[in-house]
Amino acid sequence: MNRKQITLWCGAIILILLPPFALQTGSPYLLSLGSRILIYALAAVSLDLLLGYGAMISLGHAAFVGVGAYTVGILHFHSSAAEPVLTWPFLFTGSDNGLLVLPLAALTAAFAALIIGALCLRTIGMHFIMITLAFAQMLYYFFISLEKYGGDDGLSLAARNSLPGLDLGQGSHFYYLCLAALFLFLFFAHKLVNSRFGLIIRGAGNNDRRIKGLGIHSYRYKLTTFVIAGGSAGLAGALLANQTEFVSPGLMHWTLSGELMVMVLLGGLGTLFGPVLGAAVFLLLEETLAMYTEHWMIYMGPFLVLTVIFAKHGLFGFLSGDKEKNG
Amino acid sequence: MLLIIEQLLNGLQLGITLFLMSAGLTLVFGIMQIINLAHGSFYMIGAYVAATVAAYTGSFFLAMIAGVTAAAATGCIVEMLVLRHLYKREHLDQVLATFGLIMFFNELVRIVWGRQPLFMNVPDGLTASIELLPGLPYPTYRLAVIGIGFLVAVFLWLMFTKTRIGMQIRAGSTNREMVGALGVNINLLYTLVFGLGTLLAGLAGVMAGPILAVEPGMGESILILTFVVIVIGGIGSIRGAVAGALLVGMVDTLGRAFLPSILRTVLSTATADSVAASLSSMAIYILMAAILVWKPRGLFPAHG
Repeated sequence: MNRKQITLWCGAIILILLPPFALQTGSPYLLSLGSRILIYALAAVSLDLLLGYGAMISLGHAAFVGVGAYTVGILHFHSSAAEPVLTWPFLFTGSDNGLLVLPLAALTAAFAALIIGALCLRTIGMHFIMITLAFAQMLYYFFISLEKYGGDDGLSLAARNSLPGLDLGQGSHFYYLCLAALFLFLFFAHKLVNSRFGLIIRGAGNNDRRIKGLGIHSYRYKLTTFVIAGGSAGLAGALLANQTEFVSPGLMHWTLSGELMVMVLLGGLGTLFGPVLGAAVFLLLEETLAMYTEHWMIYMGPFLVLTVIFAKHGLFGFLSGDKEKNG
Repeated sequence: MLLIIEQLLNGLQLGITLFLMSAGLTLVFGIMQIINLAHGSFYMIGAYVAATVAAYTGSFFLAMIAGVTAAAATGCIVEMLVLRHLYKREHLDQVLATFGLIMFFNELVRIVWGRQPLFMNVPDGLTASIELLPGLPYPTYRLAVIGIGFLVAVFLWLMFTKTRIGMQIRAGSTNREMVGALGVNINLLYTLVFGLGTLLAGLAGVMAGPILAVEPGMGESILILTFVVIVIGGIGSIRGAVAGALLVGMVDTLGRAFLPSILRTVLSTATADSVAASLSSMAIYILMAAILVWKPRGLFPAHG
């Protein structure tokens, strides 16, 4: 085993053993923090597909997190009010069934990503950054203006979604659900970036013109990646809605997009596993700083600036001794 | 009819503020190829410093000088300490570092001035309204804002086309190595341009002070609008910034003012109001999407 594999195995074992440890030490707080880390990690990994592989610098990734979360919130709202979501063109009622709600959240977010991506990917570079940001803000204002679903204040969920055989109200069950989602997505993303598809995406990220010169229609590949990333961010949003039992437009605010970006870069751009570490470090740092001062951002801001200027390979590169991007 | 003229003037005034913001940002991008998310922070700094000075001295003129100077000075310091290291980096690094700067400045403002919004009085000579047309009074202060904006636009145009430094800036945006080789101090030029950009942002902040509440995070809402302006106008182009700012200012203001009554003619009142509320807050983004489908590089792309 090389150093990278050892790092990975250690990480996986720590994540799997966290619930028994939390139970032993009687600190359920660890579990909810752990679940949050896993959920943000899922969103950050999906963003890494865009940033680290396709060089698509999206500053609007939180929009898809928000769409996923609102899917859960709105379906729950209609199910508890016993009022159908749609009566036309077909009857569609609200639901709390996780088997239906979670995939639907991912699909809705993927659909949003399809539309937004199709428009945004017409542009490149700086334009792409700004237009993804603008679309995320557009959705943010849209959900603020939805009075029916709480507007600015958001929606509270009375209970988490139900899944057969699991009790998501229990911290450890929910934690393992998030962990399974993260592991599955990491596995899938790892296969994806090492396939022919992944080669094209990485090629388009490095030199789009050359990929086009090879006769490959890179737009379709980029759009597909954008949709995959959006869908998995939507799943993360759905899990986050379940974790906090609360949905608000704040989830789509561009500061969350920025934080996800920070996690990716902190952990290591284009490493897939790095963003998991980045999410953990970012949230733990936030928690710790917030314990000492309510003004934690005054330290976090300069910390970010220094990380960008001095640390080029992220924490994962440091731990795994892996200096290669896209490795 | 009078209502329409009034709203057109309001749109013009928002457009002017947006122009001051986007001129600075587009300048910085056009010349240094750097994306600066923290541009809104300088707007905020200008507004806060001006509000404080105005509260102590009671003089709007002093407040304006102080606010603009503070924004420009902070801008120069930030350029020398942080951004200078990022010119050769990827956009992603620039986004993250300037995101860190936003966090820092927002929190700094919260520590120094607290969470409560500050309010700034309209300067003494400009509190009244002028009757522009019979039956159409309009606040003098807003007219002054429009006037100053026009002056700045003319000044920028003259500076770019008629002066030596304007020539160097234009040359620097085309080929920076060559300008450096011709003996221009590129580092100084960059710091000056960045300072000019933040000065304009500070000016926008000072002038917005009496109209809006001065609060932490006020920079971000205007920053996003500024991005929309720049994307519509074409990045790096001052002409584009003018066109984009006026377009966005008008569409946003007129949408908020007239969409409810227009929709009420087709829909029931309650539905019309809720649809109009979401449509008018989304109107500029829809406009931006439409323009990008038509012209992916904006209305007036800077190069080529």
